Amino acid sequence: MGYVAIKGGAKAIEGAELAFEALRTAEGEQGTPISLNAIENQLRLLTSRIVSEGGLYHPRLAALAIKQMQGDTLEAAFALRAYRSTKPRVLETPVQSTGNMRLIRRISSAFKDIPGGQMLGPTTDYALRLMRLDLVDESAEVFKNMARRFLKNHAASASLPDTFPKVLDSLRAEGLIPGISVASKNRPEQAFDITREPLVFPVTRSAALATMARAETGSLLAMAYSNMRGYGDIHPTIAELRVGYLPVLLPHPVTGEPTEAGEVLITECEVVAMYEGAEPGELPTFTLGYGACLGHNETKAISMAILDRALQKGMRDGPSNPSEDPEFVLLHIDGVDSMGFANHYKMPHYVTFQSDMDRLRATQMKARGDLHDAPL
Amino acid sequence: MKPILSVQGLSKVHGRGCSKCIETTGPEQETNICSWCGSVVAAHDVSFELHPGEILGIMGESGSGKSTVVKTLFFDEEPTRGSAQFFEHDHAWNLFDLNAAQRRWLRNHRFGMVYQNPHLGLNFNVSAGGNIAERLLMSDLVNYKAIRERALDLLSRTEVLADRIDDSPKKFSGGMQQRVQIAKALATQPPLLFLDEVTTGLDLSVQACILDLILEIQQELKTAMVVVTHDLGVIRLLTSRAMVMKYGRVIETGLTDQILEDPQHAYTQRLVASAL
Amino acid sequence: MRHYELPAIDEQEADSDLHEGTAYNFGFLDEYAKREVRRTILKAIAIPGYQTPYASREMPMGRGFGTGGLQLTLSLIGQNDNLKVIDQGADDSVNAVNLRHFVELTCPGVSTTERTVEATIIQSRHRIPEVMLREDQVLVLQVPYPDPLVVVEPSEEKRKTMHGEGDYSRLLTKLYEDIVQFNEITISHRYPTKINGHYVIDPSPIPRYDVPRLHQSPNLILLGAGREKKIYAVPPYTSAVPLAFEDVPFRTENFLDAQGNRHACMRCGCTHSFLDEVISEQGERQYQCSDSDYCNDQLAVLKLNQTEGVNA
Repeated sequence: MGYVAIKGGAKAIEGAELAFEALRTAEGEQGTPISLNAIENQLRLLTSRIVSEGGLYHPRLAALAIKQMQGDTLEAAFALRAYRSTKPRVLETPVQSTGNMRLIRRISSAFKDIPGGQMLGPTTDYALRLMRLDLVDESAEVFKNMARRFLKNHAASASLPDTFPKVLDSLRAEGLIPGISVASKNRPEQAFDITREPLVFPVTRSAALATMARAETGSLLAMAYSNMRGYGDIHPTIAELRVGYLPVLLPHPVTGEPTEAGEVLITECEVVAMYEGAEPGELPTFTLGYGACLGHNETKAISMAILDRALQKGMRDGPSNPSEDPEFVLLHIDGVDSMGFANHYKMPHYVTFQSDMDRLRATQMKARGDLHDAPL
Repeated sequence: MKPILSVQGLSKVHGRGCSKCIETTGPEQETNICSWCGSVVAAHDVSFELHPGEILGIMGESGSGKSTVVKTLFFDEEPTRGSAQFFEHDHAWNLFDLNAAQRRWLRNHRFGMVYQNPHLGLNFNVSAGGNIAERLLMSDLVNYKAIRERALDLLSRTEVLADRIDDSPKKFSGGMQQRVQIAKALATQPPLLFLDEVTTGLDLSVQACILDLILEIQQELKTAMVVVTHDLGVIRLLTSRAMVMKYGRVIETGLTDQILEDPQHAYTQRLVASAL
Repeated sequence: MRHYELPAIDEQEADSDLHEGTAYNFGFLDEYAKREVRRTILKAIAIPGYQTPYASREMPMGRGFGTGGLQLTLSLIGQNDNLKVIDQGADDSVNAVNLRHFVELTCPGVSTTERTVEATIIQSRHRIPEVMLREDQVLVLQVPYPDPLVVVEPSEEKRKTMHGEGDYSRLLTKLYEDIVQFNEITISHRYPTKINGHYVIDPSPIPRYDVPRLHQSPNLILLGAGREKKIYAVPPYTSAVPLAFEDVPFRTENFLDAQGNRHACMRCGCTHSFLDEVISEQGERQYQCSDSDYCNDQLAVLKLNQTEGVNA
């Protein structure tokens, strides 16, 4: 068994790692290493984002990735995705109805009031984005007092139901949106497994949704924004946006009964879009866009729902703008792929460049008329 | 003499179609649109034969279905019903039974098409010479000098100046673009050429030049052609036989001279009478 | 009836299973992943030059840094293998060092080497070794762009049809336009090459110099695109012909100076290897073998000749 001796390249890599760590620990004695708890709780939305883009529901590991990569979201999601990549598939959970969600937030823009009520929950939507200087020198006391303050009036919430009906169900009952086809109830379509199969175009809606569910938030947002701003004509209204917990059901090791093994936090957005003309004999209905992702990430879920609708249209009628083109959208929103490739340009490319220089020099020489055997 | 192309019952319906489509559309109903299901009957039951070296005209106004006929024969569109055969000395091709590779082979080696819109027939990202080269490369010629010579030869035939060979078609006038299209279509010396409204929208003098060119080509190369147009003058000048179409149906066929001198159908009579 | 609860976490308990769960399988990839890659390899060999799609796994190095080549290597490597990893022809180029180190970490017991003749698997970025490889060796090339048609057609779906029908006319037209404009085909690396008479591949960013090495090679050549999720192959003793015109032949880099003399490696004197151009501290242009192992060999030969010359 032999190994290659360490030379210049290896030393450089070691030095780079050391410099990276040195910056992370630059506070020295004065510094307090960030705890994973602090990241998971105080930076929970960042953690949600990494969970979602990493494609693995493990908030603690996501927090570790954030700590290790010094806050770079692309690198952190990458680390989590790479970790997941080595884990063998054990089981598949059954398909869930999100009507069963244990909600922390739930709103509808389509109606003023809905059964169960509009629950704003933890959101900054209607807050003023003013800098809170009181957070500069926070004390642990503040944390303790906050919990007391928040739970003071919990008696009022005693009347809240466990689950809330889906807004779309009422639209469906009235026939304003397409019904769920009977065929799909009896023989549900196999969900596309993005971790086991490559995208080969044309793709199914399931494949598009799976790709978008772990896409990089900014990339998804930019594409969706192009559609919202005018390139597309979706004209969306949010029928319902939900943030809450879905149970993870696994078969009991003895009885085989689906048993709740835990729960995952997800964000779900259902968008109602422009209605379309119907086949003769059928009434026109609204069209739907669906977005859902792990963790609490509303921008992503909304963007995903818009793009879901746009892609359905593009897949059926042919794309009339980039956001409707499945190849354009689905091949450019994965953060791991895009970030890796963008950064790979920093690698040595001197052989290819040597090749380019040879070509140019040959071309220049020919242009100067030095070679006698030019064709034509 | 055996025909080079034979078409039977060619039909094209856009939309889902129903049992009432045929009876609710056509020249008597004055519409292409089925009143029951909303489908568009672009063409129905079109049959004809074309002989080697012959020019057949398909004449009609917009919505007549004339373009649909050539589009299906050139495999740009899929017909709803019907059959068609292309004949060579020893071989007959059943056009609508062919697979994609076979269709491509025919398009590259036996057929040519010139569109009204040069953007459909030319690649604007490539030079004029490059467009012709592309067609030659599709038909397996891989000698640069030979390709170049052939391109120059074709362009001079179609009266495009040799020094424009490396220019992009973006820089050409409409008439020149059509000439490049024709050069490109002829590059492989196809026995069958489709021309879809090739002079429509061009200046009259330019039209005349191109029509002359087409006649010369036919004389020289004995290319069989299907010429689609709404212009009686083009029909008169180029074609020996013609079909008149209206709302997807063929309403009159025969020798061009006869149709123009003595039109039978009321619509044809109106057309002929209204010619300037 | 539940209320919103702030989760209480026992840090130690939560983290213990983190530590337990991080033991890696031999070769980092799980066995299912390796099996999928191997099956894809078999299919790729059965259809020479066909870009076979596969569910490329994420690796701990970035997409674009050789994850495709790495998945091939990790799926093939075993205890009896001797791995060489090079980048731009050199074993100590940073990326090669990183990849080799990763294999050493995740494949305990596997040997690594700089000597091309001693390797059983050679993973390379942008070069093919100068010395001819043998039937018992496998060359793994790292690929950024598997599809040569991507320059003329952005849609993958349309390109698939073009490949299936062997329709490369638009690509050839691009070559034609190059000759018209520059009197040369200007493609330098990634030169489109037709494999076994049908599929045209992008042979990865190897220089033109290395393209002839693909033709009738005794060794299997595997090409892996991790980000684009494709594996393709040039099986042993298969024809590999660069696209060209009959009368405008394919030309390789010639390394001639202004007087028409061939540059030599300043270290070993070799005049038949691909050379790296280096600008010295004094601003002079100098040349050195790109293939570092080959340069070592040539240098040894040079020294031997010099000694023999002295003794003669």
